[in-house]
Amino acid sequence: MNQLILTEDLVKIYKLGDYEIHALRGINLSIEKGEFVAIMGPSGSGKSTLMHILGCLDRPTKGSYLLEGKDISSLDRDNLAQIRNQKVGFVFQSFNLLSRTTALENVELPLLYNGTTSKQNMQKAKKALATVGLEGRENSFPNQLSGGQQQRVALARALINDPAIILADEPTGNLDTRTSIEVMEIFQSLNENGITIILITHEKDIAAYAKRNIAFRDGKIVKDEIVSTPRKAKDELLILPQEEEGI
Amino acid sequence: MRYLQILKVAYKALGRNKMRSSLTMLGIIIGVGAVIAMMGIGQGAKKMINDQIASLGDNLLTIFPGSHMSGGMRAGAGTRTSLTDEDAKAIKDNCSAVLRVSPEVRTGAQVVAGNLNWGTSIEGYSTDFPLIRSWPLFSGSFFTEQDVKGATKVCILGKTVVDNLFSGQDPVGEIIRIKKLPFRVIGVLSPKGQNAFGHDQDDMIIVPYTTAQKKIAGITHVNSIIASALDRTEIDLAQQQITQLLRQRHKILPGQDDDFTVRSQLDIASAAGSTSSVMTILLAAIASISLIVGGIGIMNIMLVSVTERTREIGIRMAVGAKGKDILIQFLIESIVLSLIGGLIGIILGVVCSQLISVILHWSIYTSVPAVVLSFLFAAFVGIFFGFYPARKASLLDPIEALRYE
Repeated sequence: MNQLILTEDLVKIYKLGDYEIHALRGINLSIEKGEFVAIMGPSGSGKSTLMHILGCLDRPTKGSYLLEGKDISSLDRDNLAQIRNQKVGFVFQSFNLLSRTTALENVELPLLYNGTTSKQNMQKAKKALATVGLEGRENSFPNQLSGGQQQRVALARALINDPAIILADEPTGNLDTRTSIEVMEIFQSLNENGITIILITHEKDIAAYAKRNIAFRDGKIVKDEIVSTPRKAKDELLILPQEEEGI
Repeated sequence: MRYLQILKVAYKALGRNKMRSSLTMLGIIIGVGAVIAMMGIGQGAKKMINDQIASLGDNLLTIFPGSHMSGGMRAGAGTRTSLTDEDAKAIKDNCSAVLRVSPEVRTGAQVVAGNLNWGTSIEGYSTDFPLIRSWPLFSGSFFTEQDVKGATKVCILGKTVVDNLFSGQDPVGEIIRIKKLPFRVIGVLSPKGQNAFGHDQDDMIIVPYTTAQKKIAGITHVNSIIASALDRTEIDLAQQQITQLLRQRHKILPGQDDDFTVRSQLDIASAAGSTSSVMTILLAAIASISLIVGGIGIMNIMLVSVTERTREIGIRMAVGAKGKDILIQFLIESIVLSLIGGLIGIILGVVCSQLISVILHWSIYTSVPAVVLSFLFAAFVGIFFGFYPARKASLLDPIEALRYE
């Protein structure tokens, strides 16, 4: 019923000439609506490959992937693009904002590709920026924003089409401790509002903010456990000494 | 709606690299400008030739006698003496598509005025000459029907003759001697200058054709007959009617060749026109090479741009841009480049044409089709050379594109 993601025996093989890399070796994963999952593992363990497949950027070599009950594994490029647009919000380690494009226009970007009118877009984008606490920075360019603020713009962009899942690939990798916690705070409050979040990280203390932790090694799931008491970013922020506001 | 937004995105992307965009455009600007200027020069030349031919009288028909044949020797066109002034009268009376007719008697003579003399061509016509050839008088008057009937010794001088015999002074009323006979000058023709083939049309004297026949050349036939059709569209009909009538009058049996030729000015005009058309096409073809080079410049820059913006393409794809969206985005960028370049090129081309015509006194004619054509060509260049880079961008793998540094 509440099943959002169901993968069965997901296999991904990259071919480099004669050489084959088994990035995923049979992943069976089920994620329900409203979950906050952290996927951990060393680099090369296949967690990024999984994220690409879950985010419809790539297709599995074998196995099936159901997103909201719909089989995605056999769709073509254009259909995948449409699903990315409607169902998936990405947050990347390096923010991946368009430079020389204002925060507002960056947030509007996904709307450009689903055919809504620009007046609605502007309102929606402003609202999304407000959700991540960036009211008043609509016309700033990415290079005028701090890392944390840029990541929040990326989050607003991921949120704008009301996606079924938010996929975050090392979202705190380029941020200092305090801004990391700030970003995690936003993730947690979004999750409290019912948004499903899949977070990829190799930092244990970041994974501790999630409700469920999955560990990867050599293309396989080696651990899948519920976190009994997730860290609370909101409370931690109150305890942390106040620093100067980032630019 | 969406295309407007994509256009905005394209405009921004081009605005980011102003120097690069304008240099790329320069190729198109020069190309379009050159095409317009070259076509202007070609069409100007064509128009000049056409105007000159039209100045001979654009619905003019000339009837030449056929070749003279004696003992198997054919003497060439116009040597036969088969045409008479009776033929001319019959054409005037019987051919409905013909408006005016005049016999033409040509001979050459040495002309004397005071202590100056000048060898020139003496041409005899009827009173319809100024109207048939659309050739008005500069001063004085033309001879009358009475003069033709009485073969009076009156003449009208061309400008060159006036210059040579009277040093440019008004000769009306003066007496000149043609083959020792005194002729009274009653008028001067307005100057026409050289015709398209370099012949000085003003170097001649006009007399009544009867005078030319009886008093100067001593012949009874006429050298040719000139006629004007009712209007341009009736030329073919007039040609047919004249041919039919003359065959009948000359008692030519069916199957036998005509002993005359009817030629219209239109034939000559189209021959000269096609020559200059070839020139125009040649000039435009050379100029369009620069337009194609400009197009390659666009392709080059778009390829660089696609590589540079690989990450941007990846981001756009990650948030849901389809291959088609990326293709259109880059295609519109190259089209915008070529269209703006095209517009500036049109302005440059027109300005250059005007400059050339002012400085070099060439007749240059910038036609609307030439402008539209070169603009469309520029748009086509933009699409053609923009397509490959745009397609390359649209086929990028989103994961690879996102990783690109």
